Amino acid sequence: MLIRNVRSIDPQVGLDDVLDVRIVGKRIAEVGAGLSAGDDEMLDGTGKVLVPGLVDMHVHFREPGFEYKEDIASGVRAATKGGFSDVATMPNTDPVTDTGTSVRYQIDRGIEEKKTRVRPIGALTRGEKGEALAEIGDMIEAGAVGFSDDGHGVQSAGMMRTCMAYVSQFDRAVIAHSEVDSLTKNGVVNEGRASTRLGMFGWPALGEELEIMRDIELCRLTGCPLHVAHISTARSLELVRAAKADGLPVTCEVTPHHLFLTEDDITDAYETNLKMNPPLRTPDDAVALIEGLVDGSIDCIVTDHAPHAKHEKDCEFEIAAFGTIGLETSLPLVLTNLVLPGRLSWQRLVEAMAISPRRILRLDPVKIEAGSRADLTLVDPRATFTVDLDYLESKSTNSAFLGAELTGRPADLFVSGRHVLVCGEVA
Amino acid sequence: MALSVKHLLDTVSLTADDITQILDTGRSFAEVNSRAIKKVPALRGRTIVNLFLEPSTRTRSSFELAEKRLSADSLNMGGSTSSVVKGESLADTIQTISAMNVDMFVCRASLAGTPHLIAENTDAVVINAGDGKHQHPTQAMLDLYTMREHFGHLNGLKVAIIGDLSHSRVAGSLVPALKTMGATPILVGPPTFQVSDPAYWGVEQTSDLDAVIPEVDVVYLLRVQLERMGGAVIPSKREYNRLFGVDERRRALMRPGSIICHPGPMNRGMEIMHEVADAPEAKVLDQVTAGVATRMAEMYLLLGGEGVAH
Repeated sequence: MLIRNVRSIDPQVGLDDVLDVRIVGKRIAEVGAGLSAGDDEMLDGTGKVLVPGLVDMHVHFREPGFEYKEDIASGVRAATKGGFSDVATMPNTDPVTDTGTSVRYQIDRGIEEKKTRVRPIGALTRGEKGEALAEIGDMIEAGAVGFSDDGHGVQSAGMMRTCMAYVSQFDRAVIAHSEVDSLTKNGVVNEGRASTRLGMFGWPALGEELEIMRDIELCRLTGCPLHVAHISTARSLELVRAAKADGLPVTCEVTPHHLFLTEDDITDAYETNLKMNPPLRTPDDAVALIEGLVDGSIDCIVTDHAPHAKHEKDCEFEIAAFGTIGLETSLPLVLTNLVLPGRLSWQRLVEAMAISPRRILRLDPVKIEAGSRADLTLVDPRATFTVDLDYLESKSTNSAFLGAELTGRPADLFVSGRHVLVCGEVA
Repeated sequence: MALSVKHLLDTVSLTADDITQILDTGRSFAEVNSRAIKKVPALRGRTIVNLFLEPSTRTRSSFELAEKRLSADSLNMGGSTSSVVKGESLADTIQTISAMNVDMFVCRASLAGTPHLIAENTDAVVINAGDGKHQHPTQAMLDLYTMREHFGHLNGLKVAIIGDLSHSRVAGSLVPALKTMGATPILVGPPTFQVSDPAYWGVEQTSDLDAVIPEVDVVYLLRVQLERMGGAVIPSKREYNRLFGVDERRRALMRPGSIICHPGPMNRGMEIMHEVADAPEAKVLDQVTAGVATRMAEMYLLLGGEGVAH
């Protein structure tokens, strides 16, 4: 395969040039201008942008246990559609992914799909109950890329200290869903304007920030790398900035819905696809998060892809499930709202969606240079489309962005040289 | 003569003209309700479903009487008989009842936004009879009616709303309706009962009841809804009564000519003391009487009824 005449961007090797890239087998064979075609299949990259394969380090694929929402086959298709070569799956399955065997199961199921790779995150505590350590060493041997009780916070500071101290012997990060249950109990929307206007219990910003404060101090105590999941408030960002300034191994992520939607988007129609955990916050929070992404304080963009079946969303807001799907719309939203208007550089995009997540998950780097594994995403920055049911590959359709008109989308995806997304269609 | 809205889901969407129409029409029906034969043929042949997904005695009785006096046919569905208990989704329930060609749903629910969800699933008209902690627009209309009857106007009135504000759909509807009519609500309660964003409503909020009482025309006491609280946020009924209950001492602080309102049912000994509840300033029973008339007006206006007797 020879991708010709394509703008290739990889800040790891200082690359931003229009070049040809030759893929042979699983690897990049040559990068240069005017490469001879030979017998290779040709892909015209004119007007497109080639970047290292994207990684989403926070998704929910629901298998085993909730296959009616999503399974690994449908989740992988959604990830491929979204241009991701790798995704990290959260362990809140049924049973919880808290053993080496269950980690291996997800990896093997992913391999069978022959598209986007599945990289399981193991549970920190058994059954995500926050009471006893899970077999973390066993899960690492099986291929776990990080550890989290995502879906809720580890409520006991003592238990979280034990988790972080234990994980610190391995080269892995603890990924923290930050939520103090006693502050967020019953909360379904941001506390403040939304809870007042809509007459529902509030989920206060402090419910997130207080646990981030605690975990940063536990990071200082134990030395265990801490990755703060889906930060949603300006103050959370300030806490992470301060921890980084102290030289602590703290990183964080943000979702497109916390960047591009706010509590004001929830109207009297009570749109349940806008019910998230953490909830949509204020416009000031969204502005701060975009700034944090631009200046590098926020390390990566993740979707928190959270599929739910129709019957779990077509109901009253207060009893609807939390979450939105996001894999298919993540890159298009970032392109439309930030990169194409010139607010975020392509280099920062590549860092936030390809380089940093690999680093945080301890995956081998992928670079646009000869010899690197051929995990590559080809982006068409000019394609326009509407987010509709035809566009989505996920088994569930609970997208907060249904109806959005976006510009820019993944056109092609190579995973270890295999051409799995062709002209925007999953192969 | 018609309202600017198809449904009565909240007070935020009502214009001053809408509210005035409801209150004026309510006055005509109040006259009907004072006759020996309390019945008009205005909604004869119309079918109204009272869908009460949360227990209610007063509001439901008020609606049922209003429907009977308008000659409408009504069907009562309650939480215990509803399909929601059987696992059917609300949308399915509404579509099923709608398929029987009904004209109106009157809905009470414990979850905010339920009436809106009903409106999305039916061509019938929807009246919100209280949804969770969100809105209770028919309560606000009967409250405004009571105040207007007493003072002759609403513009310029100062109304202290006292109690469990953050869990109160009554406050959620009354505050915007008062503002639309040119009155000034003031919210009073312990910080653990206060709304988190009073600026959204454009109102002041305080814990100092004694400073507020002499300044207002209406002392509006909310029922302290222990069942609607997420956790224990006041130490005891006794302490609440001391700090925020209206007793003889606080009654004496009231401005001459001012009144006390309460949406009922009252917790005597908690937000209001026995002797105050029965004092002439307390308009609680006037509110109840106004409830039937204003609900008749709302149903009549929304269903475009004819032949009301003036």
